[in-house]
Amino acid sequence: MTAREPQRCQALTTRGERCRNPAGAGGLCTLHRRRLEAAAAQAGEGPEAGADLGAVAPFLAWAEEALEFLRRRLLGEYAVDEFGHDPDLVEHVLAPLLRPLYRHWWRVEVRGLEHVPDEGAALVVGNHAGTLPFDAMMVTLALLDEHPARRSLRVLAADLAFTLPVVAPLARKAGNTLACSEDAERLLEAGELVGVFPEGFKGLGKPFRERYRLQRFGRGGFVEVALRTGAPIVPVAVVGSEEIYPMVVNLRRVARLLGFPYFPVTPTFPLLGPLGAIPLPSKWVIEFCPPIPTADVGHEAMLDPMVVFDLTDQVRDTIQQTVYRNLLGRRGVFA
Amino acid sequence: MMARRVLVTGATRSTGRRLVAALAEEPEVASVVAVDHREPPEPFPAKVEFLGADLRSPALVRAVESAGIDTCVHLGVTAEPRAAGGRATMKERNVLGTMQLLAAAYHAPDLRRLVLKSTTAVYGSAPGDPAVWTETMPHDSPRHGFGKDAIQVEDYVRSFNRRRPDVTVTVLRLANQVGPTVDNPLTRYFELPVCPTVFGFDPRLQFLHEQDTVRVLLRATLGPAVHGTFNIAGDGVVLLSQAIRIAGKPPLPIPEPLVGSVAELLRRTVDFSPEQVGFLQYGRVADTTAACEQLGFSPKWSSPHAFEDFAASRLRKLVTQEQVTRVEREALATLRRAAAGWLGGGTGPGGAR
Repeated sequence: MTAREPQRCQALTTRGERCRNPAGAGGLCTLHRRRLEAAAAQAGEGPEAGADLGAVAPFLAWAEEALEFLRRRLLGEYAVDEFGHDPDLVEHVLAPLLRPLYRHWWRVEVRGLEHVPDEGAALVVGNHAGTLPFDAMMVTLALLDEHPARRSLRVLAADLAFTLPVVAPLARKAGNTLACSEDAERLLEAGELVGVFPEGFKGLGKPFRERYRLQRFGRGGFVEVALRTGAPIVPVAVVGSEEIYPMVVNLRRVARLLGFPYFPVTPTFPLLGPLGAIPLPSKWVIEFCPPIPTADVGHEAMLDPMVVFDLTDQVRDTIQQTVYRNLLGRRGVFA
Repeated sequence: MMARRVLVTGATRSTGRRLVAALAEEPEVASVVAVDHREPPEPFPAKVEFLGADLRSPALVRAVESAGIDTCVHLGVTAEPRAAGGRATMKERNVLGTMQLLAAAYHAPDLRRLVLKSTTAVYGSAPGDPAVWTETMPHDSPRHGFGKDAIQVEDYVRSFNRRRPDVTVTVLRLANQVGPTVDNPLTRYFELPVCPTVFGFDPRLQFLHEQDTVRVLLRATLGPAVHGTFNIAGDGVVLLSQAIRIAGKPPLPIPEPLVGSVAELLRRTVDFSPEQVGFLQYGRVADTTAACEQLGFSPKWSSPHAFEDFAASRLRKLVTQEQVTRVEREALATLRRAAAGWLGGGTGPGGAR
C-alpha cells in the first residue's frame, strides 16, 4: 500500500495549480527542476536571452511539457496504483481528450459539488444511460476538473470492459476497476471516492422511449459495501446522457452473436457507418445530491435485508426525483 | 533455541542454492540437508550435506526420518515443464514428489516446522478477478500447469497439517521473482530481443526481488513460528508496458488469436506454460498486508525497484535513458531555434500576420 500515492512535484504550473507530475530529487519533477535551472541561468545572463519569445512562449512551455511526458512514458517513469490507475496518463492524455466533449459538445453544467467530500471515502451512485458509458466519464471529469479537491472518481465497471482488447487497459488506467464487492471495499477502505452505476447494462442499453426512467438498482450490493465500510452515499443525477445515442431498436440476435449485452440501432447508427458513432450534442446537467450517511447504521442493521432494500430505494428515489426536476428545468434537449 | 537441522528440497536451483548458503551461515543451524535430483553446479558449504535424490526415492524417506530434521523447507515445486523434462514429469515431480515428502515427514518424530514455497499463480489470471487478491478470497482453480500443481501441493500440505497439528505449516505464495541471478520463464521473456505482448492488454504485475525471496524463506525457517498462508510480493505494481520500457525493449503486440502459436514458438527459449500466457494478458496482484502484520515481513525492494535492479544488471537495453533524454533536449532546442528564427525573420508578432 506504500506506493499508492507517489510523491508529487512541489511547483505550481503555469495555470497556477499544483503540478501533479511525480517528484524526483529536490521535491520537483524533471520539468520544473529544469525550468528552475534555466531561470537561474537566464538571470545570470541578463534578460535578453528569453525575452523576445513572448508570443510563442506558451506554445514552447506546452511543447516542453509534452516532450517531458513522452520521455517519462518511453522510460516507464510513472507510477500506477494496485488497481492500475495511472494519474499521469489521465492528466496528460485521457482528460484532455474528453474535455472538449465536456465543455463544448455537451456543455456540462455541474451542481452540488459541495456534497462530495474533499477527502476520505464516499460512494457516488448515479443513473446510467446512453448506450456507451459517457455519463461515467463525464461525472469523473466533473470531479477531476471542477471539484476543489480535484478528486479522482474510481468507477466500478462491468466485467465486459476488462475482456475487450484496448478497452481493458484503458479502463484500468483511467481509474476504473471491476464491479465486485472486494474491489469496492478495498478502494473505500483506502479512502477513495468510488463511483457506481447500479443499473448496469439495463440502464445503459434501454430503448429511447424509456429514457430517464430508472431501472432496477441491482441487488443493492453497493449499499451493503457502503454499510460495511461506513462510507456515505452521494447520489448523482445525470441529465442529457439519454439523448446522445437514442436507441430505437435493440438487435438482440446480433448482440448475442457478438457477445455484447445489446446492439443499438439509433437514427444514425449503423445507417451512417462510423459517422453514426458521433454522439448527439444534448445539453447535460450533473447534480450531486446531499450525502446519505451510513456510518451510524448499527451492526445488526447491516445484516438486515430490509435496511438494505430501504436504503437502495432511498438512493434510487433521490436520483429519480432530481432527474425529473432537472429535466423540467432544461429549456430543450439541445439548448 | 536448540541447534536446528533443516532439510531443503529443490536445493540446487537458484533460490535453493541461495537459501542453503544463507542457512549455512546462521550459527543456530547445526546442519542442512540439501535435496535435489540434479547435482549442484558448485559444492555446498561445510555444514551442508547434499543428497542427490529424487523426492520419490526411498533415500529421501530415510534422510527425513533419521537425521533428526526439525524443519523442512519445500522449494521443489517447479514452473518449467521443459527443464523438468516435459509436463508429465513436471507434474510427477511437483505433486507426487510432494506427496512422498509429506509421507516421509509424517513419520519424522522431530519435525516441528514445514515451509512451503508456493506461488501467487494459484489465483490464476482472468478478467473477472478482483483487482487485489487476499489469501482468504475464494478463487477458481487454474486448470493446468504450475498454478494447478501449486494448488494441489497446497492442498496436500494442508491435509498433512490436519494429521500433524504439532507441525507449524507456513505457506508462502511468492510473486514472480526477478533479480541479478534468477533464471525463470519471466526473466527469460524479458531477455528476448523484443517482448511479445497480447494486443490491447496491459496487465498489472508484481515482482519479488531474489534477496527478498531468501529473506522471507529465512524468516519463515528460523524466525518465530507463524502458522498460515501468506502472499509475498514487492510493494506497488508495474504494468507490463512499463516493465518493457524499463527493460528498454520494443514491445511486439500479437493479436489474441495468434497468441497461442507465438507462445508455442517461444516455448523452446522461454519455457512458458499456457497459464503464464494468461498471466501476460490479465496479470495478477496479491495483497501483502497479512505477511506484514502476522509474519512481520516486508520486502526491502518494491516491485518497480526490484524490476529496475533486474533490468540494470541483466538486460542489454535497446532504448536507454541517455538516448531518450538527448532526443528530448534536441527536439526542444530545435523548437526554440525555430521559434526564435520565426520571430526574428518577421517583425515580431505583428509581422507574422
